[in-house]
Amino acid sequence: MTEPASSAGAAAAPPPSRPLVVLEGVNKHFGALHVLQDVDLTVHEGEVVVVIGPSGSGKSTLCRTINRLETIESGRILLDGRPLPEEGKDLARLRAEVGMVFQSFNLFAHMTVLENVMVGPVKARGVDKGTARRTALDLLERVGVTDQRDKYPARLSGGQQQRVAIARALAMQPKVMLFDEPTSALDPEMINEVLDVMTTLAREGMTMVVVTHEMGFARRAANRVVFMADGRVVESADPETFFTAPRSDRARDFLSKILTH
Amino acid sequence: MDAITENLGLFGRGYLLSLQLCLWGLAGSLVLGTVVAACRVSPVPPLRAFGTVWVGVVRNCPLTVVLFAFAFGLPEVGVNGSYWWLGIAALVVYTSAFVCEALRSGINAVPAGQAEAARAIGLTFTQSLRSVVLPQAFRSSVPPVGSVLIAMIKNSAVVGAFGVGRDLFSVGNSLTSAQGYAALPVLTGVAVGYLLLTLPAGGALAAVERKVAIAR
Repeated sequence: MTEPASSAGAAAAPPPSRPLVVLEGVNKHFGALHVLQDVDLTVHEGEVVVVIGPSGSGKSTLCRTINRLETIESGRILLDGRPLPEEGKDLARLRAEVGMVFQSFNLFAHMTVLENVMVGPVKARGVDKGTARRTALDLLERVGVTDQRDKYPARLSGGQQQRVAIARALAMQPKVMLFDEPTSALDPEMINEVLDVMTTLAREGMTMVVVTHEMGFARRAANRVVFMADGRVVESADPETFFTAPRSDRARDFLSKILTH
Repeated sequence: MDAITENLGLFGRGYLLSLQLCLWGLAGSLVLGTVVAACRVSPVPPLRAFGTVWVGVVRNCPLTVVLFAFAFGLPEVGVNGSYWWLGIAALVVYTSAFVCEALRSGINAVPAGQAEAARAIGLTFTQSLRSVVLPQAFRSSVPPVGSVLIAMIKNSAVVGAFGVGRDLFSVGNSLTSAQGYAALPVLTGVAVGYLLLTLPAGGALAAVERKVAIAR
């Protein structure tokens, strides 16, 4: 993963690596809108997949189906070989293994930064508070917000909140991290501090699915770019190929709109 | 004024009994109201149906009807208890429906992302309700729940009228009807007694509201 530009990483990783997230023929409607149409996607262990596409293309929905925040109507989603459970304790256990970072941070407003990062391990995993606290402090150090640990989220800048949210997700030691437009709600000067944390995470070998408009991040950190439009996966390629020689008209059109201004 | 000064002891004991009635009512209706609210927002359809029916039936019955049902109806089907406890049960059941709805307004005011984030880190529905949603819902429900509780304090007079004991209302009742005191001074005394319950309650609620306020 240290050479993000090299295609598919066949030489570095022991080939072929384990498929961690598998979507097969996934369909979903919002009313009359067919938001996901026969979507197939496989994310291998250690892979960083960036999902891009115009708004309304279904990319956020796709991301949210992976931990079943959105239910699907047909098709299958496998996580580490196991199908997603319907509801209840099994689903909660599975969600604990999938970290998620939201566009609007969603830090727990009534808890301090430190409590936000501790609550998952303590409540969902039964980790004792001392251990959870040490892990949480380590993680806050990693994302660079240790000095904010006793503040409430509303007192932090957006960039700091999002880094805490990443720490909160990492505290569960997830197998895969989902990022749903993690920088879209940030002021421009705060985007990089969040992207830096994400890039480091990618370099360390975390399996990641990232819905984003940050093309720089896609080029720098992604192993693969998935382009979605109208609820379909239109194109899937390594970043270099995708950005320099997109195959589909939709992708060429989309790139011309975002890369020219 | 004689009516009050001559019977200060009676008023005092009536006040204390009303206070007890209200404290039981407060504890019971907060617990039961929270349980019913949890049912109403739960993902389990039978629980949701139970919550909806509970609120629909209880909230739409006059308090006196609920009291009749508890005090006279329940003994007919073999549920016996002192009027004191049956009266409290009726007050709790009646108030729980309003507490439930006030809490639900608080739950709806918690941004959906909070519950999503709680589920995303692997908390079960109950855990996310208890650790994330309800603590925040309680904060924004303090004013509406407060109004419900103050209404409950005043409703406790109706429970008193059912003869659960010599609470503030029945003290006034017996002084005017059995002992022939003039109504106006006695009722003034009763009103002052209830004010001594509701005004501190209002003050306590304001203190709670200040204490739990969170910055967003």
